[in-house]
Amino acid sequence: MDFQTHISIRNLSVSYGTQQALKNISLDIPDRKITVIIGPSGCGKTTLLKSLNRLLDSVDGVKIEGHIYVDGEDIYDPKIEVTHIRKKMGLLSQKPQVLPMSIYDNVAYGPRIHNGLDKKRLSRIVEDHLQVAGLWDEVKDRLHEPASRLSVGQQQRLCLARGLAVEPEIILGDEPTSALDPQSSQNVERRLNELKSEYTVVVVTHILRQARRIADYLAFLYLGELVEHGPAAEIFQNPRDLRTRAYLTGEIS
Amino acid sequence: MMNLRRRKIEERIFRFFMVTSTVIVLGSLLLIIGAVVVKSLPALKLSMITQTPKGGYYLGKEGGILNAIVGSLYLAGGATLLSFLLSLPIVVFLNVYAKKSSAFATWTRFSLDVLWGVPSIVYGAFGFIIMMFFGLRASLLAGIITVALLELPIMTRAMDEVVRLVPGSLKDASYSLGATKLETAFHVVVRQSLPGIMTAVLIALGRGIGDAASVIFTAGFTDNIPTSLLQPAATLPLAIFYQLGTPFPEVQQRAYASAAVLTLIILAISLGSRLLVGRFAKHRIK
Repeated sequence: MDFQTHISIRNLSVSYGTQQALKNISLDIPDRKITVIIGPSGCGKTTLLKSLNRLLDSVDGVKIEGHIYVDGEDIYDPKIEVTHIRKKMGLLSQKPQVLPMSIYDNVAYGPRIHNGLDKKRLSRIVEDHLQVAGLWDEVKDRLHEPASRLSVGQQQRLCLARGLAVEPEIILGDEPTSALDPQSSQNVERRLNELKSEYTVVVVTHILRQARRIADYLAFLYLGELVEHGPAAEIFQNPRDLRTRAYLTGEIS
Repeated sequence: MMNLRRRKIEERIFRFFMVTSTVIVLGSLLLIIGAVVVKSLPALKLSMITQTPKGGYYLGKEGGILNAIVGSLYLAGGATLLSFLLSLPIVVFLNVYAKKSSAFATWTRFSLDVLWGVPSIVYGAFGFIIMMFFGLRASLLAGIITVALLELPIMTRAMDEVVRLVPGSLKDASYSLGATKLETAFHVVVRQSLPGIMTAVLIALGRGIGDAASVIFTAGFTDNIPTSLLQPAATLPLAIFYQLGTPFPEVQQRAYASAAVLTLIILAISLGSRLLVGRFAKHRIK
């Protein structure tokens, strides 16, 4: 499998106080593919994901070393505007976190901040992205109801629409289906599969079957170390490292 | 078997204490309102709330307490507004800008807690010193500033407690869309905690409108309704204080009438806020 690199992580180390969460990680994340990061809980998966959009910055006592290049730009360069980096990435969190406003305003939030568009274009954007997230038909008659009234599965798709509305290049998912029922999970997975033709997708998961279903590229983290990475099919068939093999067969979890 | 019986008795004893305490609290509220209303009945006339004191008022003759009603509303309203304008930035700073482990934030919270406990007469004296320093006379303005200082720690800490409950993941959701801290603070954090912020403002307003000691030197007292910030202003708590201090039973009855009016205003504020809070809570994420 050949691919172009979209995100390039170089010698990334992260520690919280005295506890080291990531140890010297270097990884190339392919453009317009689904990269899945797997590993047992506490292995640093979420830390790695949050380092990509610099949400890690606001954590108390965090120390970040190394470089991450997105489109050739070092996102930890002090001259870089952090909002500019984040605008490039939409985030789906473990538990969908809708904003305290209406369904419509949730999607319009990003575009309003960044562009200050007129009503007509804004409505267009909201509709388009709710369509792409597969939510439009369910909410088109109640766009101005509070977003918190949606079911959890609908909320996660709303978060997807909201993230897409800022026109990112990258979609980050932090165990995006862990709070959802099987049907909603499937729905979200399907969306991600559709979206990879246009977006680079990075998903953290602890569900191996999900990784098998959606991953093009796989990275296995264990105790803060990047043990193995490569095309998903290869790793699943023939893991090189013993620890990867043990994880894939369920011996460590 | 014995054990079960013992536990049941325990249960009964504690239930008794809980019910007793609750009854005492509710009972005192009813007693206060009852006493004030009964004592004020002879003086409760429409003229009490529609007229300022007329000739012979302090001998129990003509007029009402409109001066104190309007003065109190002006004073508490102005002070609450001023206090809010100071509180909100502090709360946003503490919860959005400062790091959780920030020593500055910890000290700010601690200072506010200490200020909360400072008796209001001390605020009055402090306000008086500031007034003298700027060459101000006892006036609505000086009263507003003093009461605003009194309300500030109450409002700020009450707001802080609710804004602190906004989950970090909600802020992260806003940040990850490329929002700045300020945008996150006002579009998300404040919005999410709006009902609590409202409650905090009203708690402070209630405290400010009912306080006598902080305004005794600073706002002065007058029989007229103030028409400018630099004129002295009457307040209901002080009206009660002065009226009770007269030797005339008729005027003392008026003190209870003033108290009834003050209690009613506070009651109206509480009820109004309950209604408003429900409305503001519409978009809140539970």
